[in-house]
Amino acid sequence: MNRALAGTRDLVKLALRRDRIMLPAWIYVITIGVTSTAYTFGKLYKTPAERLALVASGESNPALLFLYGRLSGTSVGSLTAWRYGVWAALFAVLMTAFIVIRHTRADEEAGRLELIGSARVGRQAPLAAALLAATLANVVLTVLLCAVLPLAGLPAAGSAALALAIGTCGLAFTGISAVAAQLTTGARAARGIVFAVLGLSFLARAVGDSAGTSGPSWLTWALPLGWTEVLRPFDEPRWWVLVLPVAAFFAGTWCAFALAARRDHGAGLLPDRPGRPEASRALRGPRSLAWRLQWQSLLGWAAGFAFIFAVCGAAAQGIGSLLGTSGALRNEFARLGGQSAIVNAYLAALMLLAGLIAAAFAVSAVLRLRAEETAGRADPLLSGVHGRVQWGLSHLLVALAGTAALLAVAGVATGLGYGLRSNGAVTVGGEVARMLGAGLAELPAAMVIAGVAAAAFGLLPDASVAVGWTVLGLVVAISIFGQSLQLSHWVLDISPFTHVPRLPGGSVSAQPLLWLSVAALALAVVGLAALRRRDIA
Amino acid sequence: MANAIEASGLRKQFGPTKALDGLDLTVRSGEVHAFLGPNGAGKTTTIRILLGLLRKDGGEVTLLGGDPWRDATTLHGRLAYVPGDVTLWPGLTGGEIIDLLARLRGGSDDKRRQDLIERFDLDPAKKARAYSKGNRQKVALIAALASDAELLVLDEPTAGLDPLMEATFRDCINAERRDGRTVLLSSHILAEAEALADRVTIIRAGATIETGTLAEMRHLTRTTIDAELSGPLSLSDVPGVHDAVLDGARLRCEVDNAVLTDVLRVLSATGVRTLTCRPPTLEELFLRHYSERPVAAAQP
Repeated sequence: MNRALAGTRDLVKLALRRDRIMLPAWIYVITIGVTSTAYTFGKLYKTPAERLALVASGESNPALLFLYGRLSGTSVGSLTAWRYGVWAALFAVLMTAFIVIRHTRADEEAGRLELIGSARVGRQAPLAAALLAATLANVVLTVLLCAVLPLAGLPAAGSAALALAIGTCGLAFTGISAVAAQLTTGARAARGIVFAVLGLSFLARAVGDSAGTSGPSWLTWALPLGWTEVLRPFDEPRWWVLVLPVAAFFAGTWCAFALAARRDHGAGLLPDRPGRPEASRALRGPRSLAWRLQWQSLLGWAAGFAFIFAVCGAAAQGIGSLLGTSGALRNEFARLGGQSAIVNAYLAALMLLAGLIAAAFAVSAVLRLRAEETAGRADPLLSGVHGRVQWGLSHLLVALAGTAALLAVAGVATGLGYGLRSNGAVTVGGEVARMLGAGLAELPAAMVIAGVAAAAFGLLPDASVAVGWTVLGLVVAISIFGQSLQLSHWVLDISPFTHVPRLPGGSVSAQPLLWLSVAALALAVVGLAALRRRDIA
Repeated sequence: MANAIEASGLRKQFGPTKALDGLDLTVRSGEVHAFLGPNGAGKTTTIRILLGLLRKDGGEVTLLGGDPWRDATTLHGRLAYVPGDVTLWPGLTGGEIIDLLARLRGGSDDKRRQDLIERFDLDPAKKARAYSKGNRQKVALIAALASDAELLVLDEPTAGLDPLMEATFRDCINAERRDGRTVLLSSHILAEAEALADRVTIIRAGATIETGTLAEMRHLTRTTIDAELSGPLSLSDVPGVHDAVLDGARLRCEVDNAVLTDVLRVLSATGVRTLTCRPPTLEELFLRHYSERPVAAAQP
C-alpha cells in the first residue's frame, strides 16, 4: 500500500465505530422515508386517474414544483421520486457532509488527528478513511433502497435508478465536503461551505423547475441536487446522468488529496490573521460574548436567506406563464381563486420554508449553550459575577433576535424579488410590507422549536442535541410531507407551523400566534429554571 | 473572618461513582493552600462545588462566608478561577479573552495586565485556536492574577508551563501572599506545593487523609539518611529503621524521627566519611499515602 495511506484501514474502523449509532440512524431514516412514501402513494392513489389528478395539481403549482421538483410520468414510482427523490438526496448529502468533516477537519481542529498523525499513519490516511466511510455509507444506502423499494411495489429498474440517483448525489457531496474540509481551519466554517453549496444546488434546481418553459430551466442541470431529478428514474431513465455525480466525486476527491498534500497540519488555505490585542469596550458580559460568538454565522445565514428568497420571490412571477398552457388548468386555477390565489399559495409555501430553515438556525443557536458547556467554556463565565440564567438567556436572545432577523430578511427579499419582477402589477413597497409581516408570522412557531431545545438543554443536557435536532426533523417532515401523506389531524397539529396562518392570502388571526409565543416562552422558562438546578458538565 | 474556605464531610456522587466521600478542607484567609492528590482523587470536583458549578450531595461548605451554590454570583465577584483544562473561544484573541474574563469578574488593573503579559511572554494578538496548551494556561492565569479578587482558585495552574514560566508563576503567587490574598492551589506537582504552600491538604479517593503545614506533616514521618561509612555496620537490630540498603560502604535508609539520636550514635561509632540527612520530599510522603498500607502502619 502507498505509504501516504498507511493505517487507512484502522482509521476506517475507528470512524465506523465512532459513527455506529449515527450512521445506521441516518440510513434508516432515509430508507424508511422513501419506502413509506412509495407505499402510502400506492395505497392513496390507486388508479391512474387519481394519480393524474395529483400530477395535474403538481404540474400546475409552482410552489410544489419549487419544493419537490418536476414530475415525470404518472406511475407511483414517479410520484415517489417526485415527492421524496430530491429530499432524500438532500438528507444523504447532510449525512455525507457530517461524516466527512467530522473525521477530517473537526478532528484536526480538536487536535485528535495530531495524536493519530504521530503514529504509523500516512499523511493522507485520515482523509482517505473519511472518504471511504462516507462512500461506504452511500453504497449501503443505495443497496438498501434497491432492495427495499421493490417491496413497496415499485418496479425494480426504476427503484435501482432512484436509489442510484440518491446515493450518487451523496457521493458527489463526499467530494465537495472533502474539499471544504481542506479550505478552512474550522469545522464549523467547512460545514458552512458545504451547506452553502447544498443551498445553492437546491435553489438552482428549484428555480429551474418552477421558472416555467421560458425561464432558466437549465439551472436544474447545473448542480448535483437537480441531477437526481433529471435522471427521471421511473420514466425511461437517463442512466448516463449518473456520470455527472460520479465525475464530481472523483474531481472533488482528487482536489482534496492535492490540497491535503500541499498544506501544513492544522492549516487551511488562508492563514489566521492576528486579531486585536485588547477587547473592545462592547465585549463585557455573557450577552455580548454570545453575540460575538454567533454574529458571523448569523451573517452567513442572512446572506443565504437574502439571496435564496430574492430569487424565489422573483420566480413567483413565472407562475403567470403557466396559466396559458391549457383550458383545464385555467379552470382549475379559477376554482382555486385565480392567479393571485396561486401566487399567494406559492409565497406562503416560501414563508413556511423560511420558517423551517430559520428554526434550524434557532436550534443551532440554542444548542451552542451545550457546545460551550461540554467544551468547558461555560466554567470561566459561570465563575464570574454573572449567573446561570444570564448565561442561558444570552444565547436564547441570540436565537430569538437572529431568527427574527432571518425571517425579516426572507420576507423583505421575497417581497423585493416579486415586486421588482412584477412589472408594476403590484407595488414593491406594498409587497415588501406584506411579505415582511408574513415572514415574521412564522417567528412564534420557530421559537417553539427553539424552546424545546432550551428545555432539553436544562432538563436533559446529555440528550439535548439529539432532542433539539430530532424535534426539528420531525416538524420539517410533518410540515412538508404531512398533507400529501394524508396524516391525521392530530399528527399535523404536533408541528407548531401547522397553527401559523398561511400568509399572504390566509386570514390573519392573532390568537394562534399568541398561544405559540406563550408556549415558546414557557419552554424557555422551564429550560432556564432547570439550568439553575442542575450540575454543569 | 478566619477561614476563606471551610468544607467538612463533603460528598458528591456521579451515578455509581463516589467522587467525594467525606472530604474536609479548611483554607485560612491570607494563606497559600496546596490541595494535593493523584489524578481522579476529587480535586476538580471539590473546586467545582466551591464555584457553585456542581451541587453537593452532602456535607457542609462555606466559601468566603457564604454558600457557594446559593450565593454563587455574589461570591464570584470576590474570586478568580483558573481551570485545570483551559479551553478558550477559538475565534477570540488572547488579549480579548483576558479582558473579557476580567470584566466578567468586575474589572481588573490595566497596568498589572500589561505587566503580566510581558512577564509571561504572551502574544495577546493571536487567536486562541493558534495557542499551545501552555499559552492557553497563561491567558487564564494572567486574567486571574490581574484581577483584584481576594481568593484565587487555581486548578493545576502550571500544567503546560515551561520551567521558566513556572518560576514566574511562583514569583506571582509569592507576591499575592504578600498582598494578603488567599490562594487555593490544586496540584499533583509536589515541588510546586513545597515551594509555595503554607499549608497542605492531601486527599485520596474523595476523602482527606492529611492536612497541616509541611513541618507538621514531616514531624510524623521519617528522615532519609545517605552516608558513606568507614567500617562495617549492622542496623538490623535498631528499631525504627526502614528500607536500609548497604552497598559496600554506602548506606541509605529511612529513619523514624523518634529514633534519630540512636541511629546517629551507631553511625558515628562506626565512623562516617560523608553524611546527608534530609526531610522526606513530598513525593516520598505522597508515595506513602498512596501505597496500599494504611497511613498509621507507617508510623512507629
